[in-house]
Amino acid sequence: MTDVRNHQYDVLVIGAGGAGLRAAIEATRDGASVAVICKSMLGKAHTVMAEGGAAAALANKDPRDSWQTHFRDTMKGGKYLNDWRMAEIHAKESPDRIRELEQWGAIFDRIPPGLKGADGKPLKAGTISQRNFGGHTYPRLAHIGDATGLELIRTLQDRGIHSGMDVFMEYTVRRLFTTDGRVSGCFAYNRADGTLHTFQGKTTILATGGITRCWAVCSGSWEYTGEGHALAYWAGAEMGDMEFVQFHPTGMIWPPSVRGILVTEGVRGEGGVLTNSEGERFMFNYVPEMYKNEFADTQQEAQAWVDEVIADVTATQRRPPELLTRDVVAKAINSEKKAGRASEHGGVYLDISWRDEEQVKKKLPGMYHQFKELAAVDITKEPMEVGPTAHYVMGGVKVDPVTQESSVPGLYAAGEAATGLHGANRLGGNSLTDLLTFGKRAGEYAAKAAAETDGYLEISQTDIDAVVAETLAPLNRQEGENPAKVVEDLREMMQEKAGIIRTGALLEEALADLDELEARGEKTAPGGGRIYNPGWHQALEISAMADISRMCALSALAREESRGAHTRDDFPVPDRSHWGKVNSVIWLEEGEMKIRHDPCPPISAELRALLDASDLSEEE
Amino acid sequence: MGREVTFRVFRGEPDEDGVPKGELVDYTVEMDEGMVVLDVIHKIQAESAPDLSCRWNCKAGKCGSCSAEVNGKARLMCMTRMADIEEETPEGEPVLIKPMQAFPLVKDLVADVSWAYELNKTIPPLTGPEEKDWVFSQEEADRVQEFRSCIECMLCVNTCHVLREHNMFDEFAGPRFFVRLADLEMHPMDAGDRLEMVKDDLGIGYCNITRCCTDVCPAGINITDNAIIPLKERVVTEYYDPLAILAKKLGLRK
Repeated sequence: MTDVRNHQYDVLVIGAGGAGLRAAIEATRDGASVAVICKSMLGKAHTVMAEGGAAAALANKDPRDSWQTHFRDTMKGGKYLNDWRMAEIHAKESPDRIRELEQWGAIFDRIPPGLKGADGKPLKAGTISQRNFGGHTYPRLAHIGDATGLELIRTLQDRGIHSGMDVFMEYTVRRLFTTDGRVSGCFAYNRADGTLHTFQGKTTILATGGITRCWAVCSGSWEYTGEGHALAYWAGAEMGDMEFVQFHPTGMIWPPSVRGILVTEGVRGEGGVLTNSEGERFMFNYVPEMYKNEFADTQQEAQAWVDEVIADVTATQRRPPELLTRDVVAKAINSEKKAGRASEHGGVYLDISWRDEEQVKKKLPGMYHQFKELAAVDITKEPMEVGPTAHYVMGGVKVDPVTQESSVPGLYAAGEAATGLHGANRLGGNSLTDLLTFGKRAGEYAAKAAAETDGYLEISQTDIDAVVAETLAPLNRQEGENPAKVVEDLREMMQEKAGIIRTGALLEEALADLDELEARGEKTAPGGGRIYNPGWHQALEISAMADISRMCALSALAREESRGAHTRDDFPVPDRSHWGKVNSVIWLEEGEMKIRHDPCPPISAELRALLDASDLSEEE
Repeated sequence: MGREVTFRVFRGEPDEDGVPKGELVDYTVEMDEGMVVLDVIHKIQAESAPDLSCRWNCKAGKCGSCSAEVNGKARLMCMTRMADIEEETPEGEPVLIKPMQAFPLVKDLVADVSWAYELNKTIPPLTGPEEKDWVFSQEEADRVQEFRSCIECMLCVNTCHVLREHNMFDEFAGPRFFVRLADLEMHPMDAGDRLEMVKDDLGIGYCNITRCCTDVCPAGINITDNAIIPLKERVVTEYYDPLAILAKKLGLRK
């Protein structure tokens, strides 16, 4: 009999990025015993890679800002598929989540002395400064140079280790158990020593991040294979809006080994311009109707805005079109490539070198080093080459907007693993405050539910035996493919057939290919033993990657329109009359993936009044 | 293209007493343009050794996971370009890749750094005012932000001779945690006092300022001059400066 160790905790938190740590801190504050189970070591999770900042309407840098404007911007950027209740909670609570982080040790950049607001009154020097970002009407992102994610995760980590939570590092969760329809725990293996574990929890929080490792060009690490999404789906949870995968417009493209690594939107926020091979500043040609009044239409006006930003005075001009939302900029770059105006290595140019050298190094230190060390490009002297990279999934586990509980009792989700806040397209900076806001809520409500629960539900031995056998199977196969090959083929396939621009025919091919890839995945032979064996770990990831890719392709095939991050070449325009009013829902039923479309929850009249009336009527 | 490079990689596990047991194995792979050392390791995994262990995450120098010793020097594999490695490696010689040597071995290139996580738990966290919306200048922020750019890669700890040669992990916190302590002690809003701990439990006196840690820091933190020396000075002022002690007795100084 294989040895399986059992653990018991009130609350299980799967994932130790921003959402998981914030949830764990909140749950321990309410007195729960908490286990944090994470694939990497503490402090290395994906949040560490966030660069530009955390969006919160603190109104420090521009007193005109308010939660109402933040709410409006988030809904507009999401093309109105967002759950308005989550957008409202997020806009209202984000400022407090940032202030609280400061009290836990985060050192955000400060407002210098001598600045005035739009009304001529002085801004309060020494408070948290905020930067401009795509889709945000006012400077709204609290930041630390271009390393905001590191500050966030380190602050939560250092707070968390004193909160009493137990951390199980380098453990991968393979299965959630349900008992009488309620999540009762999970199964995990220890990546370092190969030991097997069951965890019984009164409640379980998924804070597992995203899925973008399913695409060949992505900004994600090996961790982003989407097990969290798959775990929820396998446990019977409803998944929403899985067709919406954000391609960040600016990833590195050269040399090949760095393809996909993120170039922060902060470069454009600091005045970076995008040009094609003909030297044309092409974004002026791509301003969508719904944003026409908010963006500069001449280079002079755009430059006047940048000059104001550099001088650190309140902007009075309209902003440059480089700061349009990510979906718009990514598609524009794609169109320029198609029209034969790509840069030397198949992207476009992003240029910040016209700004003062010391300023660039101070504002964008990470980008300066990244390009200097990985591409031998000095961004203070020459343009960068950039192109779109799979970056974020708006879709995920459907949750109650207040408690973050999923459709399966006892299972909660927060951060990128959950869906609702971002609709069809996420605004930059909203993810960091998403994970703080809803991580806190998930921790709070999961702890509350755990406190109301007596004892632990029993986990079926048959279920444990099944997942143990499945987990050890790759090591027992003597002959078979290297799992790395199957993963590579899956990623290339998704890039080609379910990437930025999609068609019905390609998506149908993708679904067929996935069946084949999954079958290959079941026959891989990584070799080696149970001690820290990345081949074995990769072999186990394939089933999750296949199901997640399938969810994305299936819902992309169903949505016959183009909206936000989802673009169909065969249905190139948005359709407000039907598709603009429904969210896709995917679930597992008797071994089969099912899909339906639910009407978006009706918005209250009060909040509807905050939205851009012309956007809503235009598409009716 | 078509140029090949040979990596000589440590493969092995510790024995029952924790002593690394293993061998150096040669792998030859074809080079692509712009590769970093971590790319070559990934290529070896994909082509011939799926079970070769190494840690990595961001692949952009932000997470500090892929620390290893390349040609005997501690570095992040993701930020070490093969063009530079080929230049420094003698003609016809393989590139030597080993795990960090100051830490116990898990397997192959993976080191056991749990010491760091345990030590961090003993450091008292920030104690600041209850009121929200703290106010301090960017100049005050700058001083601490340098320390907060630490990615916990542990290359400094691996290089520090107090730990590497003398194995004083129980008496000495090492450069990473003096950076952490400098961050807390110099935080503009912190009211805590950790100097006694810095002196006694964390053994700052053992550091004799050889600057090896600063040399290997991939985040470019000036560990010795900006973190360790100021901490040493504060300890001296607090515990060994007769004038300061007298001033304290007379109530002229806290």
